[in-house]
Amino acid sequence: MPEPLLAVTALDVGYGHVPVVREASLDVSRGEIVTIIGANGAGKSTLLKALAGLVRPTAGRVMLDGHEVTGFAPEKLVRQGLALVPEGRMLFGPMAVSENLALGAHTRRVAAEVAADLERVHTLFPVLAERSEQPAATLSGGEQQMLAIARALMSRPRILLLDEPSLGLAPKVIADIFKVLDALRADGLGILLVEQDANLALKHAQHGHVMRSGRVVMSGTAAELADNDDVRLIYLGAWHGNE
Amino acid sequence: MSSSELLQFLISGLQNGAVYALVGLGFTLVYASTGIINFAQGEFFMLGGMLAVAGVRMGLPLPLSILAAVLLSAGVGVAMERFALRPRRDSGALVLIIITIGASMVLKSLARHIFGPNEMALPAFTPGPPVLLLGAAIDRQVLWIWGLTIVAVVGLTLLYTKTKLGRAMRASSLSHDAARLMGIDTAGVVMISFGLAAALGALGGAAVAPLTQTAFDVGARAGLKGFAAAILGGLGNPIAAVVGGLVLGVLESLSVAFISSTYKDAISLVLLLAVLFLRPQGLLGKSGREKV
Ligand SMILES: Nc1ncnc2c1ncn2[C@@H]1O[C@H](COP(=O)(O)OP(=O)(O)O)[C@@H](O)[C@H]1O
Ligand SMILES: [Mg+2]
Repeated sequence: MPEPLLAVTALDVGYGHVPVVREASLDVSRGEIVTIIGANGAGKSTLLKALAGLVRPTAGRVMLDGHEVTGFAPEKLVRQGLALVPEGRMLFGPMAVSENLALGAHTRRVAAEVAADLERVHTLFPVLAERSEQPAATLSGGEQQMLAIARALMSRPRILLLDEPSLGLAPKVIADIFKVLDALRADGLGILLVEQDANLALKHAQHGHVMRSGRVVMSGTAAELADNDDVRLIYLGAWHGNE
Repeated sequence: MSSSELLQFLISGLQNGAVYALVGLGFTLVYASTGIINFAQGEFFMLGGMLAVAGVRMGLPLPLSILAAVLLSAGVGVAMERFALRPRRDSGALVLIIITIGASMVLKSLARHIFGPNEMALPAFTPGPPVLLLGAAIDRQVLWIWGLTIVAVVGLTLLYTKTKLGRAMRASSLSHDAARLMGIDTAGVVMISFGLAAALGALGGAAVAPLTQTAFDVGARAGLKGFAAAILGGLGNPIAAVVGGLVLGVLESLSVAFISSTYKDAISLVLLLAVLFLRPQGLLGKSGREKV
């Protein structure tokens, strides 16, 4: 069995002395979307921040493509092929769309490759080409999310971490964005997707994990989770009678 | 007062203002990359002048002395960031600001110890009679001050807008976390900002030393003026700090012309307080820091 692209083993993460994530384990392989679902405050964002290097894990291990990267700084992890689209997007608001994308390519050395990737993200999100010289802060919510994803792609990651890309967006925009995520996955990108909208996440993912109070309490294929009674009841809103 | 006298006051205001602008640019640069006020900034102004004098006394040619003074000061700025501030960077802005105050005291005492307590003079960059303009006399050194300020501002603007480093600096000033996610070494950006800020202050100190003399204790006053210039401009962007410096210099000079030289130094304090109370974003600043 091939080694997973990202292998997280028994990771503990906290802020100061307050533990938030406990013994989280998960794998992401090439060409796979793995989702983490769970209620607000479960620790999903904290886990992603730790994987991207913004918070140091206190225990456990992170392997990226067979190399240990536990506790690496974000600027190092980007160079290893890991990119995070953070909660709240964290765009450079006063700077132009084009500058945000150029910053996404900060670690890249070959101008021709960067130009090719810029063309690619403009093909994926044509609106970014139209808005190229506009400050990022003036974009609509959906456009900002597209820019955040495009900016992350400019580092040419092997694994992309996404924190609630659907939050606050209209269904049409969400559909556009997830179409792109599916295409990226089909191209071989590994995607770790944190979502509150479990319905949406399980429709696009191959594997999923449920987090509760900082722990991964359930794991399985997306189909298994979608069929699980607890998941249906708590996260898929089965009591509303949908599905 | 005749118009040529008025022009003379204006020129002297723009001379001081350009120096305030150089020192003020340093405050702006450090503030942009760290969010803190570096109260040691004035000491780099002092170091620029004193080190240049020391170089000349050691027999170095003047241009080389000035270059060495600016580079050494930049080195001191970098070292201060690396060894005094970075180890405590998680302690919060207040602690860091207090460390800069401590650093300014250390630099001042060291300078007194090394260079002695006396005033010192640096030779004019290009000696010669003043240049006459519309009946007013402009000292050649003043032309140097203006020229160097323009070069510094243009250089800084090009750095900010046209280079990858400048883009990384702007990104870091908006959000360190977001910048690090792009792969930017934000610690390096902070260190470069301190070095550049120190170099600009030192350049101001060396450029004005032939006109005013210099001493180990000139840093505090220069720091206050530069700080006022930066606040007047809103701490936001380099151009604003330059405008702030020039406005401050001219206002001081006009107060000497029309009121009394007694109040010259009070002007910057009054302006500082007025801006902080009435328009904290500065004369040219937009309201609030821009962040997404
Ligand atoms: N910067 C922080 N400092 C301290 N505690 C935090 C911080 N960020 C999040 N937390 C806490 O960690 C817990 C998990 O938060 P988070 O990871 O954002 O959850 P989720 O993304 O699943 O909603 C929450 O109790 C939250 O209050
Ligand atoms: Mg979250």
